[in-house]
Amino acid sequence: MIETVVFILIGLACGPLLGGLVSGLDRILTARLQSRIGPPLWQPFYDVIKLWSKEKTVVNVWQAFCAYCYVAATSIALVLFFLRSDLLLIVFVQAVGAVFLVVGALSSTSPFSQIGAHRELLQMLSYEPLLILVTVGIFLETGSFKIEAVYSWHQPLLMKLPFLFLVLGFVLTVKLRKSPFDLSTSHHAHQELVKGLLTDYAGPCLALVEIGHWYEVVLLLGLCSLFWATNWMGMIAIVFITYFIEILIDNVSARLNWRWMLGYVWSMGLTLSLVNLVWLYVS
Amino acid sequence: MLKTLIQKARVKSPWLLHYDCSSCNGCDIEVLACLTPIYDVERFGMINVGNPMHADILLVTGTVNHRNKKVLVNLFDQMPHPRRVIAIGSCALSGGIFREAYNVVGGVNKVIPVDVYVPGCPAKPEAIIDGVILGLKKFSRKRGAEKSCESRSELRQL
Repeated sequence: MIETVVFILIGLACGPLLGGLVSGLDRILTARLQSRIGPPLWQPFYDVIKLWSKEKTVVNVWQAFCAYCYVAATSIALVLFFLRSDLLLIVFVQAVGAVFLVVGALSSTSPFSQIGAHRELLQMLSYEPLLILVTVGIFLETGSFKIEAVYSWHQPLLMKLPFLFLVLGFVLTVKLRKSPFDLSTSHHAHQELVKGLLTDYAGPCLALVEIGHWYEVVLLLGLCSLFWATNWMGMIAIVFITYFIEILIDNVSARLNWRWMLGYVWSMGLTLSLVNLVWLYVS
Repeated sequence: MLKTLIQKARVKSPWLLHYDCSSCNGCDIEVLACLTPIYDVERFGMINVGNPMHADILLVTGTVNHRNKKVLVNLFDQMPHPRRVIAIGSCALSGGIFREAYNVVGGVNKVIPVDVYVPGCPAKPEAIIDGVILGLKKFSRKRGAEKSCESRSELRQL
């Protein structure tokens, strides 16, 4: 019982702490890749504290409600991950959070917010099936959806699920809002969509959304770490390498439009998943 | 302690909104030059945002005329508190060489309250960064000063 409470607390604290650090590291690495110096490591925390202390401006009640629900759902998903719960449950809870974010953006009449929300829905349409297929692959290999089973598995999952790991890479790129799939919030192109999905979230609401995003990032990197869960060093190494490659891709690629995203992610993702699943089934 | 943390976060994370009131683009290019690897204002946590609702500091370049003064006031009103306005270049300060033109209202301070004036034609990137840092120092000022500033803005709008 005490162990459970400790894991819940670790999950709740790890999200913002690790997520913020990862995001700070991301900004420094991106700056270095562009031959700049970049902000301090703690910059994302300063940003969130500042946003939290700004004047409260909400478009309507639903928007604030959705921001709170988003944080709640994503933090629950991460806590479930730390409790070594069911992978399917985690994926679904995470999806509920993402839907609340979209509903919050749709509750405002701003065209930027609306277009951003629709693009986010398209992004969800492209990555959610792949996320489910990854968990199905883990199930076929270990015989259980529980994370507990992954940790007790005798060999790293990457040996048997290499293509599904690539598929998870696609999901990560979409989910981290990185180029080339940086459509809904247009992180690097204010001219096109202002801030897309996040245009009408301001002040404390934006801070909440940011914290929710950190929870999601930590959850997804946690999912990556499951692919080398036999020892700690392997888990840390695989997360770092994957994240570095993500940042590299973000910096060397231009943004695609949604047709390309859907085409690429579905054709590549579904084919790779299918090949890997058939291979698992046959062997 | 919480107050000092918030104060520090505000100084460390200024998000800039840049509005061009019919400038000749000289000052705008200098503003954008601040974001390049040579000056790299992201070192100070500054980000160029396109959304007034996310911005802390409004950078205004160019002369204010009767067409764009409403846009400027609208952008200023959309920015949540605390916020600062920095006027960049001769035109934004006083109207510059267009001061006497029939369509020109004058400097930015005729429409919204300005906190920092950065002179120059065009203003140097170093001067712009200095101006933003000066604006950030004003975040640690007392609340009363800000209040009086706001009432002035309401006066201007009438």
